[in-house]
Formats: sequence, structure tokens, C-alpha cells
Amino acid sequence: MEERLRRTMMFVPGNNAGMVKDAGIYGADSIMFDLEDSVSMDQKDAARMLVYEALQTQDYGDAELVVRVNGIDTPYFKNDVFAMVKAGIQVVRLPKVESAQMMKDLVAVVEEAEKKFNIPVGTTHVMAAIESARGVLKALEIAESTDRMIGLALSAEDYTTDMKTHRYPDGAELEFARNMILHAARAAGIAAFDTVFTNMNDVEGFQRETEHIHQLGFDGKSLVNPRQIDWVNKVYEPTKKEIENALDVEAAIEEANAKGSGVISMNGQMVDRPVVLRAQRVLRLAKASGLIDEDGEYIEE
Amino acid sequence: MEIKQTALAGTLESSDIQITLSQGSNGIQIELDSSVEALYGPQIKQVITTTLQAAGIDNTQVKAVDKGALDCVIKARTLAAAQRALGTVDEPNWEVL
Amino acid sequence: MVNTLKNKVEREIPAEFLETRKGFESTEIGNPEIQRTAPQVRVSTGDDKVVDSIEDIVKKLVKDGMTISFHHHLREGDFIFNKVMDAIISLGIKDLTLAPSSLTNTMNDKVVEAIKAGTITNITSSGMRGSLGEAVSHGLLKNPVIFRSHGNRARSIENGEIKIDVAFLGVPNADRLGNANGMTGDAAFGSLGYALMDANYANKVVLLTDNLVDYPNTPASIKQTQVDYVVKVDQVGDPDRIGTGATRFTKNPKDLKIAKMVNDVIVHSPYFKQGFSFQTGSGGAALAVARFLRQSMIDSDIKASFALGGITKPIVDLLEEGLVNKVMDVQDFDKGAASSMKNNKNQQEIDASWYADPENKGAMVDQLDVAILSALEIDTDFNVNVMTGSNGVIRGAIGGHQDAATAKMTIISAPLTRGRIATVVPKVSTVVTPGSSIDVLVTEVGIAVNPKRQDLIDAFKQVPGLPLVSIEELQQRAEKIVGKPQPLEYTDRTVALVTYRDGSLIDVIKQVKD
Repeated sequence: MEERLRRTMMFVPGNNAGMVKDAGIYGADSIMFDLEDSVSMDQKDAARMLVYEALQTQDYGDAELVVRVNGIDTPYFKNDVFAMVKAGIQVVRLPKVESAQMMKDLVAVVEEAEKKFNIPVGTTHVMAAIESARGVLKALEIAESTDRMIGLALSAEDYTTDMKTHRYPDGAELEFARNMILHAARAAGIAAFDTVFTNMNDVEGFQRETEHIHQLGFDGKSLVNPRQIDWVNKVYEPTKKEIENALDVEAAIEEANAKGSGVISMNGQMVDRPVVLRAQRVLRLAKASGLIDEDGEYIEE
Repeated sequence: MEIKQTALAGTLESSDIQITLSQGSNGIQIELDSSVEALYGPQIKQVITTTLQAAGIDNTQVKAVDKGALDCVIKARTLAAAQRALGTVDEPNWEVL
Repeated sequence: MVNTLKNKVEREIPAEFLETRKGFESTEIGNPEIQRTAPQVRVSTGDDKVVDSIEDIVKKLVKDGMTISFHHHLREGDFIFNKVMDAIISLGIKDLTLAPSSLTNTMNDKVVEAIKAGTITNITSSGMRGSLGEAVSHGLLKNPVIFRSHGNRARSIENGEIKIDVAFLGVPNADRLGNANGMTGDAAFGSLGYALMDANYANKVVLLTDNLVDYPNTPASIKQTQVDYVVKVDQVGDPDRIGTGATRFTKNPKDLKIAKMVNDVIVHSPYFKQGFSFQTGSGGAALAVARFLRQSMIDSDIKASFALGGITKPIVDLLEEGLVNKVMDVQDFDKGAASSMKNNKNQQEIDASWYADPENKGAMVDQLDVAILSALEIDTDFNVNVMTGSNGVIRGAIGGHQDAATAKMTIISAPLTRGRIATVVPKVSTVVTPGSSIDVLVTEVGIAVNPKRQDLIDAFKQVPGLPLVSIEELQQRAEKIVGKPQPLEYTDRTVALVTYRDGSLIDVIKQVKD
């Protein structure tokens, strides 16, 4: 799977023309157009058309484009998937996933659409939102259900209801689900997205939660407001020490390449693959955070 | 195709357009109310007309209340209204999209 | 076809208007020798100034063909303008020139009525909006309106281009001889900055107040030596509409994004250093800039020597926090700013001449480092329009735009598009502020630096995360989003002259076609 930053996945209500139009200007790593919960029953068709036309014509820059379709058991599901695949969406996010079979069913419809609209089979990626106890316990089979998978996302509102609790400031009620989803995603080599934080007035709470999921190892978070993008990116900024170390690793790689050597060494020590991968990730983050320039030059403040 | 019922799509929010289609027999007649009529009036009518024709509607009264919608929004709302008016919401005409 | 000549910003100016005025040439003022004028004085010991009736004073002072003036410090809460104009209209007075510091929406219908009655036949103002802008753009007034910036109005009053016969000035307090200030009373609005010009230069100065206080009233911004009459009225204005209430920090994510980028531009410019100075506007985005700038000043331990212009509560907060040494205050936009002036000696009231008059022994704007201004439109030559809307109709004001744009770094902060209207365009419909005085444009999708400022381009290039683009790219990007509009249609008739701060003609506004 292509490695890319997925710190921020911004929700955009699919029937809101102004927000659909402006979704590209905030620098979200992923934009998730929503056809599901933010759209009322009698506007499902209109939202589908709006997102479809916008995807055809609007410039969303480098953002990864995701659409949350209506659930697999709804009458909107198939038309949602068909329209989005035809529009060339990069990722279809399926809500309320509880089994590998649901993802396989989604993929069957995606493939049908790809064939119908002459899109190479396999182009469209998928991801799963986990919103129930069963979904959490099946996280690994869901993560490994198809090679189109790019990630798992936790959706805490439905999950906490299913668990007969609700959200608390310390997030203890989500700890098991977060770890299950994160482990399943890592085992399958895909991304893990934390749930949304909806209280826009509690900036500190948002930062606390983001620091926590960053520490756990999540790729990023689903977001309800563009203002949250900068806050997440700040948390994901690598430290100066991390960047310097990563730049050293990169230099060692270049040196090894120049010598035609397969062995990368630094300060006389062999550098192994996890260190290389982490360094590459740190440099991607540092560039995205504007801490180093495109050539990897460190920026002095 | 004949319009089965008067249908409306879109909102009156900024950057949106509300399209109402009702039965007509004298081609596509558009009544446009737009904040940017001086700049984009003919363009907006053109998008609505082309979209309706592609959807197979040749006779209808259109009322369009525009709040600065882009062409893609105008097209989306016109198509949504057309599907609703034709009663084809559940079987979209994929060739038209 | 009308015989026209092109000025230095490539605008066709009808030759008939170039008989008494120059076409715009340059933003440079130079060091000319200027002769100022002085008002007539009706001598009095001061014991006969208080009168009860607006009608009596109007009957006594206002004659056909005169120039009368008002200030706009009471903004949308103004009761004075309509009361005085009612008296003037009902007396059947004709052919007046109306020369207020600006016209607010609450005055619109009365001005239209006075034009229709033949009472007003000439207008000079900073701007106009709403029904009045519509009426003038559709040709209601025979003679073209003359738009002047705040600095240019001060200049024109001082050199006699505008000779005010009678000034009607609403004040929230005054004593029986006319000592007055803007700081206390129900209708307090803070600085009297624009009205001080009228008080100083009008032949007759009439104060109108609902708050007659004991003699002598101090501090006196307007002095008894300037005032002819003091009229007692029931209410000067509606306190709730004079200034906005608590200024709220914008939550609009696009405004916030632009504000943050504006702050990044300021912080990474060579001007962000100990003792720098700045001017912001009053809109939501401008207030957000003040908030971001505050944090940057704290982080870098930098203090500003002064903040200038129209003042808001967030700017006063910076003063009170010690991040800004002086607030040089020509008007106050909200209650917080208006009420703090009396308590803080470092919030200095300045008149429009001190603020911005280009023909002066140094104006505050000449000392300004950074100005953050808005735009309805900006074109690829960086010319800015703050006067006419997308349909060609007058709906704005020059305000201090041209004046503050003389800052060492002038930043235009504006969204790339508003609804389906492009902000960055190939040619603005009306040039108000010439591109040669604009240095940086900040939009939500990129920052364009005027190519004449290679020094700024070099400075900003070093900063990762500052999305530098050319203004042509921004224009094309906007056009890609909204499409290419069809050209607006105008008649040949000129309905307004837009003057530059030195009095030269920078553009004209034509009557719109119906």
C-alpha cells in the first residue's frame, strides 16, 4: 500500500454546497465526503449528485478523497457506491462494519461498478468504520478482508452506545477498542484513524486526546471542523532531535546508495529497516509541518 | 420524458441553488433569480438547459433561486430535481451523469 | 463617444473632469508648498450659544447652495443626520453640497429623499452603500459624487477644496459653550477624529447633544473657540447601534486560515521587530489577525510602538497587556474601544489630518510599518477595488484604504472567491487604491507578493509552509472555480469620481445599464 500521511480526515457534509466547494483549502490529508449521517433521508439522492459533480470538477489538491457511503443494508448503498466509483473516488468508507464479509460485499459492488464504468478493477480503495463491540472483536479479520483496504477507523458514538456507556473526558471507555483497531491495522499493514472529537469549545480536551492517540500510534484522527487540522498537525510535528536523527539516517542511505552498498551504516552501526521506515515517516511529517524544506534542509527559526 | 410531479432540489444557502421543476409544454422555460445574474445569468441558464436536455426533459417550467452556486452545483441540483420529477431517484440514469 | 484620457493606472478618465483635476500619476506626494485656509469667525462671548430647536438653527444658518457636513462616528445608530436633514428639506432649501466624513446605511433613505427634493445636488463622501449606492449608480444624482479617502477629505478641507459652510456635529456631551468630547454619555463613541476637521475649518459649527454638562467640560476634544451653537436634542443616537457590542472572535475556518497566513507574512517580514507599528481593519478576519499577532509578539518578545486607525477592543487589549505602547485612534469600532479612551492616556485621539492627510508635515500613516486591508476585488496589477460590487453598483467606502496603503508593507487579506464572485480578477471594476502601493495579497490558497517587492519575495521564500504564488496564478485559479463572467454593461454617463489621496482622479464610476 502506498505510504502517505493520514493525520487528518476531515468530514464534509455531502449536501452542503458551500462546504463541499471549500473542502480543499484547509490542508487536510484526507477529505471525507459524507453521504451518511449528516444527510437526511430525503436528501440522499441530492447529496450523492452534489458530491459526484464536485468530484468531477473541483480541485482538491493532494488530499486523499474518501466518501462515506450509506450502510450496506440501506436502499442508498448501491447507488452511492456506483456514483462514487464512477466519479473516481479514491477510497470508499463503509460505516458500521462488523465482519470481513461486509467488506467483501462492498468490494463486489465496487468491482461491479468499476467494470460497468470501464475503470480498471482494483483502482478504488476501501476502508472500514468500526462502530460496535462485534466490529472491534473482528477488527483483524476486517483489516485483512481485502487487499483494497487502506485503513480502519473507530467511530466512538455508536460504539460507546453499544457498550452501554458514553464518552468520558479521560477516554478510558475507548481504550480497548483503540488498541484492538490499532493492532489489527498494524498487523494488516494499513492505517488506523481515531474517532472524532465534537466539542469545538474544548480545545484542551481535543489536544489531550490527540496527544494520547498519537502516543498510541494512530495515523491520525477523523475531524468535524477544519480548525482542528492545525491542532492535530501540531501534535504530529516531529521534534528537532527526531528530525536531525532522521536526516542522519537519510544521509546514510544516500551514502550507501552512492557506494552501491546494500548495507546502511551510521556511526559504524548497521541501520536496520524499522529505523529507516521511522526516519522516512519523520521526514514526511517534518516536510508537511514546514520544519524542513523539500530538499530536506533543516529550517532555522 | 414527461415530468410526473413538481420537484425541488437544492437549498437557499450560500453557494447553493434551488431548482424547482414543474410541468410545461413550451420547451424549457427558466425563471432565474440570482445574486450574480449580471455576471453569470446566461451561463447559469445554459447549464440548467443542457443538463435537463441530457436527462431527457424538453418541456418544463424551471424556477431557479441562485445563491452563487458553481456550475457543478447547478448541474447536481438540476439532475437531482430532474430525477425527482421523473420519479427515477432509485434508478439513476448512469449514462447522463 | 466621450473624449477620454488614460491615467497611470490605465483608466479612461473623461476629459471634462480633467479640466479642474489631474489624472492619477503617482503615490509619491513629494514636498510641495501648500496654502491652507481658515474659517470665518462670528465673534461672541459665548453666552448666546445654546438653542433648543434644530429648525431655528437651520433656518438661521443654512442657505441655498451651501456646503454642509456631518461626521459618521455614530454609524448605524446616528439620529442627528436624519433630524437635521428633515428640517432642511422641509424648509425647501436647494442646491446643497453634502460633505460628510462618510454616509452610513441609516442615512441612505434621507439622502435619496433630499436628492429627489432638489435639496442635495452635490455629494462628497468616503463612500456609500445600500439604497443610496443603488440610486446613485442608477443615475439619481445629476452631478457626479466625489469620493475621497479620510486623508484626502482632511487635505481638501485644509486647502479649501471643500469649504464647509455649516457643520452639524452630534456629540455625546457638551457644555453650554461647546466644549465636548466623544468619551462619555449615553451615545459615547470614543474618538472624534473625523469630526475634528469640521470643528476646525467649518465657518459655522453646530454641536447637537443630549447631554449638556457643567461648564467647563474637559477633556475638550472640540473646544468652545470653534463652536457657534449648541443644540439640545432628546437623543443623539442609539447606543446599541453606534458600535458593535462585544467583538466576537470569528469561527469561520476560512477567515481563520487567512488570518493565520497574514500573521505568518507579518512575522516573517523584515518589519516584525521591536517597536514596529501596524493598522488592522474591523472585520472578523482582521480581528483574528490581532489575536494571532498577539501570540507571535509574546512568543518573540516583541512590542509594537503604535497601532493606528480604526480601533477595536482586541487592539485595546494589546495596549493594556503592554504589547502595544500607543494606540493612535481616529475612530472606535466597538464599545470596548470607545469606552477605554477616557481611562487610558496611551489611547490617543487623533484627527483625520494627523492620521492620514498626505499634504501634511508628516501624517501617522507615513510612519506605518504594516497595514492589513481588505478588498472587494484585486487585479493582477494589484489594484484594489473597495467601492463597487460585482454588479458595478456602488457599495463601499474608500475609508482610510488609500492612506494606510502607504505603509511600508501593505497586505490585502481576502478570500479567493466569495460565493461565485472572484476576488482576484484580471481588471478591477473600479481602481480605488493603486497596485503600486500594495505589497502582498493573502488568500486562503496562496500568498502573492507584488513583483516590485523582490526583497519580500526573497524573505518569504526562506519560509517553508508559506505558499507563495504569482497573482496571475491566483487569478486563474479563481476563474477556474467560478468561470469567466460576462462583462458588466455601463452607460457613458459618469456618476462618481474616485479621487486618489492627493486629489487626482484615479477612476470614474459609470451609471449601470438597467
